[in-house]
Amino acid sequence: MKRYLCILAFATSAVAVALLASGPKSLAAGAPQAAAATVEVKIDNFSFGPAELKVSAGTTVTWINRDDIPHTVVSTPDPKVFKSKVLDTDEKFSFTFSKPGTYPYFCSIHPKMTGKVIVQ
Amino acid sequence: MSKKAVNDEILHDHNNDGIDRRGFLKCMAWAGTGAFCVIKGGVLNSYSLSKLSEIGPSEAAGELSFVQISDSHMGFNKPANPDVVGTLKAAIDKVNGLATPPQFMLHTGDISHLSKPEEFDTVDQILKGSVAKDVFFVPGEHDLLNDDGKQYLERYGKGTKGAGWYSFDKKGVHFIGLVNVLNLKAGGLGTLGHEQLEWMEDDVKHLKSSTPIVVFAHIPLWSVYPEWGWGTEDSAQALAYLKKFGSVTVLNGHIHQTMQKVEGKVTFHTAASTAFPQPAPGKADSPGPMKVPADQLRGILGITDVNYVRGQHALAVVDSNLG
Repeated sequence: MKRYLCILAFATSAVAVALLASGPKSLAAGAPQAAAATVEVKIDNFSFGPAELKVSAGTTVTWINRDDIPHTVVSTPDPKVFKSKVLDTDEKFSFTFSKPGTYPYFCSIHPKMTGKVIVQ
Repeated sequence: MSKKAVNDEILHDHNNDGIDRRGFLKCMAWAGTGAFCVIKGGVLNSYSLSKLSEIGPSEAAGELSFVQISDSHMGFNKPANPDVVGTLKAAIDKVNGLATPPQFMLHTGDISHLSKPEEFDTVDQILKGSVAKDVFFVPGEHDLLNDDGKQYLERYGKGTKGAGWYSFDKKGVHFIGLVNVLNLKAGGLGTLGHEQLEWMEDDVKHLKSSTPIVVFAHIPLWSVYPEWGWGTEDSAQALAYLKKFGSVTVLNGHIHQTMQKVEGKVTFHTAASTAFPQPAPGKADSPGPMKVPADQLRGILGITDVNYVRGQHALAVVDSNLG
């Protein structure tokens, strides 16, 4: 029993060390989505959904066009942080946000379509 | 649409220029159903399109006759119209069947749907079947994808400046092709830009005020519905340069439906698409392709026939549908 407890204690502390080593962000609960591999933004009806997306640094955001008309995903300020080719129906564009910040973007074909990615 | 009297005499001539605004507006409102308005000797005559053959070429023709087509969106293949090749061919058949053969055509943009080379090639091929061999283009936002318009200029930019603007004269009428679909800003409308506006000011500076002007550009140069981006943020400046002229006709596309507006000496007109219709302003969540029953589609697609009679002020602008 003692040995078993010993191993358990060691395993637990090993896991704890591993968690601590990966940084506090992944331990944060509730706030921005945990560093998931990919988060999706759906483009449909001339709008981005969600229009405002909060993610943590290192997340890859994938836009997928479900509309029956082509769209693009272009970061608003110059110089452009990201700029997709034209996306026809069911085509995708991905970008990995490594640096925290606010990234407004729009569709360069239909500029009234705007969105924002907030990276924390 | 209720039936109206065939001939309307001038009732109110506020500007003393021989044009009855109210009568002209009434006539323009019929245009979507296929009415034909000719201003001759100051009297507004209107005929239904079906009676056109009875009028006779000299009465309908005037001096200059051309056609505007728009928004062919070659490459589009969704339910709103799975056969944009067929409807463009039907539009050209319509052009070829006009009582007065047009001397040339204007294409007010969105020639292609995805700026693919084969899409442009297909449109060029179909347009070769028109009796009007000369076609003057301006780009739509769908024609400048991925390369900021480099391919468009290679194909259609000969003799143009900047992003593809230019002017030319036909039978004493001055045509100005403008580009308002490049460098669109987030949340913004169509834009002409400083360089193009300066060129335009210079282009019209020395023209006599009696010169009829036709301006053509993709996105409407008046505020049709800003919520959907249906307007041009700096068009007021362009129109200011045209204030001295007695007759200005603005021809646009982009909204895939016919609309008219008369403001002083300027007549604004948008053309139907040859590919698919879009909803009326605010009548849907978004301005995307509008699906209608298959047997109604060709009734909402169309071409625009324009006639100019020398000495008269306004050009006669007539829409007709494909079905």
